[in-house]
Amino acid sequence: MEKAIVLGCSAIGAGLAMIAGIGPGIGEGYAVGKTIESIARQPEAKGDCTRTMFIGVAMAESTGIYAFVVALILLFANPFIGKL
Amino acid sequence: MDGIGQGPKVVFSVFGLDITETVVIGWAIIVAVLLVCLFLTRSLKRIPEKKSQVVAEIFVEFVNNTVETTMGKQWKHFAPYIGTLLVYAVIGALVSLLGLRSMTADFNVTLTWALMTFVLITFYKIKTNGVGGYLKSFGQPIPIMLPLNLLSEVATPLSMAFRMFGNVAGGAVITGLLYGGLSFVSQALHISFCVGPFTLDMAQLFTPAVLSVYFDLFSGCIQAYIFSMLTMVYVSSAAETE
Repeated sequence: MEKAIVLGCSAIGAGLAMIAGIGPGIGEGYAVGKTIESIARQPEAKGDCTRTMFIGVAMAESTGIYAFVVALILLFANPFIGKL
Repeated sequence: MDGIGQGPKVVFSVFGLDITETVVIGWAIIVAVLLVCLFLTRSLKRIPEKKSQVVAEIFVEFVNNTVETTMGKQWKHFAPYIGTLLVYAVIGALVSLLGLRSMTADFNVTLTWALMTFVLITFYKIKTNGVGGYLKSFGQPIPIMLPLNLLSEVATPLSMAFRMFGNVAGGAVITGLLYGGLSFVSQALHISFCVGPFTLDMAQLFTPAVLSVYFDLFSGCIQAYIFSMLTMVYVSSAAETE
């Protein structure tokens, strides 16, 4: 019974952790939109813009990936089961 | 749920040291890349006659140009390291297309690469500013910032490692969940056949290809590119004098 409660709460926690996916989604969309704007204004700077955008997008994505790692730990390597 | 979210399997152990899938696949990639390199660089000419030399030149040119535009002309000697990282990371992620486990879906691999970058960053910081300047840089701009500076120093390799691991492992988990779901669907629709020891689920045949293109091809290549890009940016900014 205790194990079931812990497992269920861990699953809910994993789902809650993945709410963090909203942030990178909005941020990356905004960054890509701005990059397209600047490329449209200055097409000759396309290479520089794209490279900088990729780095920025990768940076923004890391928060989402941290949340994902937390969710993975809760689902597959649950630290609370051993404490029972 | 078996196989999803599990670490790499232990293939065999030598003197109590577990040799996992990742190590075996890594060595297989090293051997394969070595053979390809030997094949591509056979009997080089000043003016290329064979297709293999043209292919090799395109790749070397691409890496040289990327390093030069990102880090500057004086960093040209850095190109071989970046090229090695790029090739190893791209092929390490793409082996999942062959049904093997992605090498970068193992946190040990990505953490090792990130620690290599960390050593390079620290080395170039000490080389440009001296040991005293390096230690002093933690107290900038005011000494109270010391804990925050230490934290951001440690966070650099950790975030690089987690970014690469999370992206590839996440793709593997989602693809695994999809395969499980499709096998359930085809069993419910009675289009699942047993051929000897294997089970053939008809719904699994074509649907995952689209997701596989995104998670394996696109994600793997982009993450490898970003990892080498971040290495270049961090190292060249570490060598800048203030």
